[in-house]
Amino acid sequence: MSQEKVISPNIVEDPGEQTTRRAFLTAAGAAGLLYTAALAYPIYRYLASPEEMAMNATAVTEVTLKDAQKLPLGSVLMFKFGSAPAMLIHHQDGRWVSLTAVCTHLGCTVQYEPQADRIHCACHGGVYDPYTGANVSGPPPKPLKLFKVAVNDTGVEVSRA
Amino acid sequence: MSSKTITTSVYDWVDERLGLTELAAFARHKTVPVHAQSFWYYWGGISLFLFLVQCFTGVLLLVYYRPGADAFESVRQITFVMHFGWLIRSAHSWSANLMIFAILVHMFSVYFMKAYRKPREFGWLSGMALLGIASVFGFSGYLLPMDELSYFATKVGLEIPNAIPYVGPLVAGMLRGGPEVTEFTVQRFFALHVVVLPALFLPLLGFHLWLVQRHGNAVPPSVEALPPEERKAMPFMPNFLRKDLAMWLISLNILALLASVFPWSLGKAFDPLAPAPVGIHPEWYFMSPFEMLKVLGGILPGEAGEIAGILLFTLGITLWLLIPFYDTKRESGQRARAAHYFGLIAVILLLSTTVIGYWVIR
Repeated sequence: MSQEKVISPNIVEDPGEQTTRRAFLTAAGAAGLLYTAALAYPIYRYLASPEEMAMNATAVTEVTLKDAQKLPLGSVLMFKFGSAPAMLIHHQDGRWVSLTAVCTHLGCTVQYEPQADRIHCACHGGVYDPYTGANVSGPPPKPLKLFKVAVNDTGVEVSRA
Repeated sequence: MSSKTITTSVYDWVDERLGLTELAAFARHKTVPVHAQSFWYYWGGISLFLFLVQCFTGVLLLVYYRPGADAFESVRQITFVMHFGWLIRSAHSWSANLMIFAILVHMFSVYFMKAYRKPREFGWLSGMALLGIASVFGFSGYLLPMDELSYFATKVGLEIPNAIPYVGPLVAGMLRGGPEVTEFTVQRFFALHVVVLPALFLPLLGFHLWLVQRHGNAVPPSVEALPPEERKAMPFMPNFLRKDLAMWLISLNILALLASVFPWSLGKAFDPLAPAPVGIHPEWYFMSPFEMLKVLGGILPGEAGEIAGILLFTLGITLWLLIPFYDTKRESGQRARAAHYFGLIAVILLLSTTVIGYWVIR
């Protein structure tokens, strides 16, 4: 196109025409964008469906663990709080502690080790305090979150602190 | 270094290794004939576009589909639980049907323009093979939701290979994965549908498209008879490509409209003890052979009719396949006319038996 202009420099484009062309290109571009968005939106929502379901699941604020009050001293019960793994520990001294079981380092599921009295992540050796969830050693940058625990005759209620 | 010289040197580097300039020169010189029947040139491109839609929506369905015993439940989930899953599934089914339609239009336009003549025999044969694979795609995909309709369609459809003398029951049993249509059938149809058939289809499609580049578009005999100076053509780049893309956009719009306004339904989960639902019938592209077999069965009851039907189809399809080797002369003559009438009879037979088929089950 630019070559033609050089060959015939005396043909001056009508400025009115130029605006029309610009307006046309802008409108066509906008229409193209809208069209692409109209195609991409359902595909995005379709692929994001499980993510949204999980989000709805994490909206859970309370989980009732039936018969968990019978958990022996020095043992652990793994359960799902929403979509993520969590643990309920019945310590030797009778204290109940519930924490998220997702390592704050790279997301592995951690485990309670009663003999060492610690929470350990096998992936990269992170260690947490089994009473407070504090990150004691290894790579974890943050503590594990604690849940509120209420024990009654029929089970254990774990809720967001 | 200015950005322009960087671009040039990158281009030169790639060009030296991949020969982009040759490709660009080829594209620049490629032309498409312009005449009264040019409209039919778009149908191969439309078929290709719809195939790409099939690949794309197919991969999206693959994200949630589970073959085997869980098949129906996973399709129910796609249709009713996942956001816009109904739309993705509907687009896949509709574009499958539109693709078969576009391929049929493409085939008949090639036939009547006599585009199968020398040197395009391989184009014709590879195109017919692609149509054959496309119909197996359709047949195998139909079972995957494992609802009532797909269950019976597969049961009935597998009776066709079953009727082949001697080896029929073995072939049908291998396809079915046992004496009955079960989750084993879905599992192997799934493997066929997403691995085996694409692996056959894609290289063949590449070959077919390469042949089109090699030989260019054929012109109908009426245009071929014109002296070269009276023939018109347009450059492929960008004129024809622009029109081709416009056709793709129109196809996409039609597909979007059909898929969203008439969403594909999902029937009840299959039940091997339930009787066949009333009014059950094959997909429209299998309606014609279904009706012909029914008519033949009326004339020749029992096994004789079945065998006669299979022989007749085999003969018809073989003649259709071999047409480039029968109708070879450029000048119009008796053979050219015979081929033309054979094509007309095929179209009339297909259309009329399809209409009768739908009329009867109405």
